[in-house]
Order: sequence, then C-alpha cells, then structure tokens
Amino acid sequence: MGNEMLDILFQFIKAFVVGGGICLIAQIIINFTDLTAGKILVYFMIAGIILTAIGVYQPLVDFAGAGATVPISGFGYLLANGAMKGAEKGFFSAITGSLTAASAGVTAAVVFAFIMALIFKSRTKRN
Amino acid sequence: MTGKSNDNFNSNYLQYVKTQDPPTQHFKNCAAAFGVGGLICCIGQFIRYMFEYAGLTGDELAGATSIVLIFLGCFLTGLGVYDRIGRYAGAGSIVPITGFANSVTSPAIEFKTEGWIYGMAAKMFTVAGAIIVFGVFSGVLVGLVYLFV
Repeated sequence: MGNEMLDILFQFIKAFVVGGGICLIAQIIINFTDLTAGKILVYFMIAGIILTAIGVYQPLVDFAGAGATVPISGFGYLLANGAMKGAEKGFFSAITGSLTAASAGVTAAVVFAFIMALIFKSRTKRN
Repeated sequence: MTGKSNDNFNSNYLQYVKTQDPPTQHFKNCAAAFGVGGLICCIGQFIRYMFEYAGLTGDELAGATSIVLIFLGCFLTGLGVYDRIGRYAGAGSIVPITGFANSVTSPAIEFKTEGWIYGMAAKMFTVAGAIIVFGVFSGVLVGLVYLFV
C-alpha cells in the first residue's frame, strides 16, 4: 500500500516536471522572440505531431503521463497517434484517424465555449 | 531623436519605446511558467487517476480527462480568472490544453456583441482554427506517410 502511494506521488512529480518543462521552453521562446500566444500553440502542436511521428513522444507520454498529454503538444500527439493507428486499418482511416482522435477535445471546446458565451458577458480587462 | 524627420521616424520611435519598456524578468517569468504549467499538468494527472478509479481505460480515459480540463479552462475564462492567471504565468497558462480552451472561449465571449453568427461563432476559431487547420493537415500527412512507408 505504502509503495503504491509512493508510485502515485512519483507520477505527480514526473508530470509536474515534464509539463512545467514544456511550458518553460515556451516561456523562454516568448521571452526572446516576438511570438504571440496563437503562434506558440500552433508551433508546439506541430512539434508534438512531428515528435510523435518519429517515435520520440510516445516514450515521454509513458514516462510523464499527463505531464506530456496535457500541454498542447499532447494534442498533436493525439492527432498523430490517431493517424498512425488509422494507417494500420487502411486508406480511409489513415485520413480520418487524426480528427477522430481529437474529436473529444474539439467538441468539448466548442460546446463549452458556446455555453460560456451564453452565460457570461465580456468584461473590461483589469490590469 | 527629434521626431521631426519622417525618414527614420518609426525606428526612432521603436527605439524610444524600448528605453521605456520595463526589462523582461526572465527568471521570474520562467519560474512562474514552470510552476503553473506543472501544476495544471498535476491537476490533469489527478483527474486521470479519478477516471481510472471510475473504470475508464485507453482512449476514453484520455478523452474524458481532456474534456474536464477544457471545461475548467472555459469556465475560468468565463469568470475572468484565467486572464489573471495568464498575466502572471505567461506560457504556463497558454501551452496546457486549458490555454486552448481559453483561446476558444475568450473571443466567443468577447465578440458576442457583434452578433451570434459572425461574432461569437466565427471569432471562436481565430486561434483554434489555425490549430485545427495545421493539426488536421499534418495529421493526414502523418497518416499517409505511415500508410505508404
């Protein structure tokens, strides 16, 4: 029992360090260039796709769990992984696989954003 | 730097702005990004354990975890809390999936005043649209490469 708790604690530390590390890389890039938030998101997602396609990201996911899947590069991992799994089934699945894998995230974002737009009013930004 | 000549007015002005800018606090920025980013991932890990405990596995587990995180991101954006976290944490709040949720929800709420169709619905994808376009395109490329190689 004690050993299991230690494993869980260790998993949290790994998730914290790897997830924080990915954000740290993004912050360093922002500090030294003029990249905006949107571009950072796109670049990190593409980086996630490429790293997954060449087989580097999967070991990182196995190691860090949510630390690797929660950052936007994990979204790229999801897309690439779906495409790679689909490619084993055939041509059609190879094309539709990526968006099928990402459907949960995209659907959730659209639906919740719609609901929030119904509920909340835009507020003036306080500095 | 008289500002009277139009030749290098822009570059002069940009130089002037630079002198007035507060210096970027690299260490503080990076520490905040690391801490907040890591914390959000830990929350994700916690949600993952909860769903695992509830009996979900594989794709369902990953999907349910990201749905909850996206809900949290959307809700905190609606409350106006996420923008405040963002000012403090920078990339620590942008890069996690909650930042993606923020980039969808924030313009949706902001542009509601321009109408529901061209305002809220169309502006919702200002950032997310780019992510989906490049994501789907690269995803298809990866799929085709794996199919034929």
